[in-house]
This record gives sequence, structure tokens and C-alpha cells, in this order.
Amino acid sequence: MSEIKKITTPLTEETLKGLHAGDFVQITGPIYTARDAAHKRMYEALGKGEKLPFDVRNQVIYYVGPTPTKPGEIVGSAGPTTSGRMDKYTPAMLEQGIKGMIGKGLRGKEVIDACKKHGAVYFVAIGGAAAVISQSIRSEEMIAYEDLGPEAIRKYEVVDFPAIVGIDIEGNDTYKIEMAKYRKLED
Amino acid sequence: MREIDVKELTERVAKGCIDACYYLPEGVLSRLEKAMDSEESPLGCQVLRTIVDNAKLAKKKSVPLCQDTGLTVVYLEIGQDVHFIGGDLYTAINEGVARGYVDGYLRKSSVDDPVFDRKNTGNNTPAIIHCKIVPGDKVHVIVFPKGCGSENMGQLRMLKPADGLDGIIKFVLEAVSSAGPNPCPPVTVGVGIGGNLEKSADLAKFALLRNIGEHNANPKYAELEDRLLELVNKTGVGPAGLGGTTTAIAVNVEYAPTHIGSLPCTVILNCHAARRAEFTI
Repeated sequence: MSEIKKITTPLTEETLKGLHAGDFVQITGPIYTARDAAHKRMYEALGKGEKLPFDVRNQVIYYVGPTPTKPGEIVGSAGPTTSGRMDKYTPAMLEQGIKGMIGKGLRGKEVIDACKKHGAVYFVAIGGAAAVISQSIRSEEMIAYEDLGPEAIRKYEVVDFPAIVGIDIEGNDTYKIEMAKYRKLED
Repeated sequence: MREIDVKELTERVAKGCIDACYYLPEGVLSRLEKAMDSEESPLGCQVLRTIVDNAKLAKKKSVPLCQDTGLTVVYLEIGQDVHFIGGDLYTAINEGVARGYVDGYLRKSSVDDPVFDRKNTGNNTPAIIHCKIVPGDKVHVIVFPKGCGSENMGQLRMLKPADGLDGIIKFVLEAVSSAGPNPCPPVTVGVGIGGNLEKSADLAKFALLRNIGEHNANPKYAELEDRLLELVNKTGVGPAGLGGTTTAIAVNVEYAPTHIGSLPCTVILNCHAARRAEFTI
């Protein structure tokens, strides 16, 4: 098992260069939540020449729609959702300066190409491990689109958020590499 | 004739929604723990450990084990000697779902219109309700919250009779391989074979309701389940799709008579959080 790399957000060019597909990371700092509906709204805003609701430069987006926060808790259960549904919007988001995405599942070629072009990284979190992941979230703040409920944009302050580098700035894809190692079927 | 007040259903469904989302069935948990003994990938083992720890933590804290608390699917087996009183059955069930999702701090994931507005209904209703009339005077209910990560990876194919068993196996392996990490493996694979188009989908979903360790009563289909499980675990997908030999914890096949010219086949996947709650009134 490889060593865990501790990284902080917003992401610097130096940090991004040091991340390779398959690396274990613990992320500390602010991250912003956005999933399907928030992406659609931001994408449409960009199309109309409007500004995004927060300064996205060098920031990390977390694809998540949390459960409501129970009394006495900081945040609800907040594990990653399937990233592929954001593929359509992702090149435009990276164009705006987003440098990291956290989610789960496969990404399309357009996203891998955009990661290479803009020097951005896709982090993989373990789907369905929401209770464990939520323990690394220390605060939450509503940022935009509150009417979208679980799909609103929130800012989380995280400490040692556990993830794996899924796609690095060279476009290496951890899923493809690891699944191929254990495939025992003849194609 | 036995009278059942639908208010009882409302209460039990509400509790069922919460219990299903907080507490992973013991059989699923122990199967996931056992998978660590045979998993060949060190990373896969670590993922399994995290999944098991997560389920235990959710139980301890009484919180949802996954943030996607699903669309709520409710299966009812209604004895034909039951007479419901106190209101409309479907309204009572939806009232139970709404209460469970609001009181249990579960995520509301239902939008009212799939295309034009996609406005969240705010209480996770309407539930998807399946009713079956059976002999007797009891009502058996299974509450089955189903997340979209796994649901979106389902596939239906109208195979040709000439495709036969080989065609079915090929299709199942294709569906699991192409889904890769998206449905949150280790998955349960529900396979519905036969009937017509919608019947095969019904069967595949129904197959996911089985408790861990239950096989099809027909030995031929039970054997097919074992064979498919072995093959699915050779796809390389592994826990969380990060590679490994535990891609599925079960393959459940259901079948039905079909047309002389048809071989419908549907594959529906369930994530490792194979949540369910059931009760009998």
C-alpha cells in the first residue's frame, strides 16, 4: 500500500504535479459541493456570460448531495455521487479554473482530455461510505442555489478527507489500470 | 375477511424507510466481511474494510449509510381476504414514505417531472409501489430504497431465442463490466429472463429482494446463478471498481415463461448497500 499524501486546497500547480493515478491522498481545506442541477445552472450561467456564484479558481468541487443534517451533527451523510453525469459540464468548469473534482465512477474522454489540458485532477472517493467520509467534514456553509435543496452549492471545510487520485494531470486513469489487473475473462 | 387500518401501514412504512437506510442487513454485512478473506487486491480489501466500517458506524450513530437514500420502492403482498379501512392504500403508503424521509433526515431524491422542471417533491414521494394479490389474510411489505448510481447501470435486451444461455451470460458480463465502478460494487446482480419486455424488468428487480444466501428454487437456475457469480467476479471490476475479485456478492436469477419468438433479459444492479426492511401485518 502506497504512502498517504496529505494535500491542501486550493490546489497549487506544484501539488497537482506531484499527484499520480492511484495515489492515496488526504485532503484538507475548503471544497465546494455541486452535482447535477448545480452544474446545469452554472453551465447555463456561463452560456449567458454571467459569473459563477463563487471564485472557482484552483478550487475543488465535490460531487455530492448530502442527507439533511441531524440535530447535533455538523453535516449529514455525504458520500460521492456518480461523476459521469457531470462530464457534459466538466470541460467548461475546468476552463474556468477548477483544479480538482471528487466523485466516484468512470469519466469520459472529454474529461480526461480536459484534465490534461488544464492540469486538473479527478479524485475518487469510495461510493457508499458516506458515514465514514462525513467524519472528515468539519463545517458547512451555504454558498448558492439554496432552492435546490440537497443539490445546492455548499462549502465544506474538510480535514484529511480520504480519496484516491483517479485521473492525474497526464490523463492516467486509475480505474482502467486497476480493473485490467484483475480481469480474468477472455474478451 | 380481515380488516387492516391503512394507518398501521403508514407507521410501519415510515419506520421501514428509516431502518433500511440506517441499518445494513446483517447477512449483507457478514458477506462483505467474509469477502475480505478471498479478495486478491490489497486495495480491494481496503475498500471492503471501509465499506464494512461505514455500515457499522452508520448503525452506531443511527445515520444513513449512504447519502443516496434512493427512490423508495415498496413491494406489497396482499392477502385476498384483507379489507383495507381508514383511507386509500396508496396514499397511506406515500404518507409513510414522506414521514420516514422527513423524520429520519433521509435525502429527498424524487423530482416531479423527469424532463421539463425536475422540481424536487420535497418528501421523496411518490414511492414506486408493486402490489401482488396472494391467498390469505396478511400483508407482507418490503421497503426497498434504491439509489440511482446502481439503478442507472441497469440494462434490458430483447435477445433472440437462438442466443440462448451463452447470449444471456455474455449480456450479464457486458452489463457488469461496462458499469464498472459506477454502481458501487460489490454489487448484487438481479437478472430477469423471459416474460415480455416489462416482465423481465420486473423479475430482475424482484430478484434483488432476496435475502443473502437464497437461491432460485429451480436447480438449473440456481446453478446458473453460481456460474454467473464466478464469471462476474472475473471481470476485474472489484470493490468500488478499483480492481479486484469481489465484483458481486450475489447473482440472483428469476425467470418466467415467454413467447416462442422471444428471450427478454434484464440486468438490474444493486450497490453494496443492499438496503431493505420488511414486515408483516
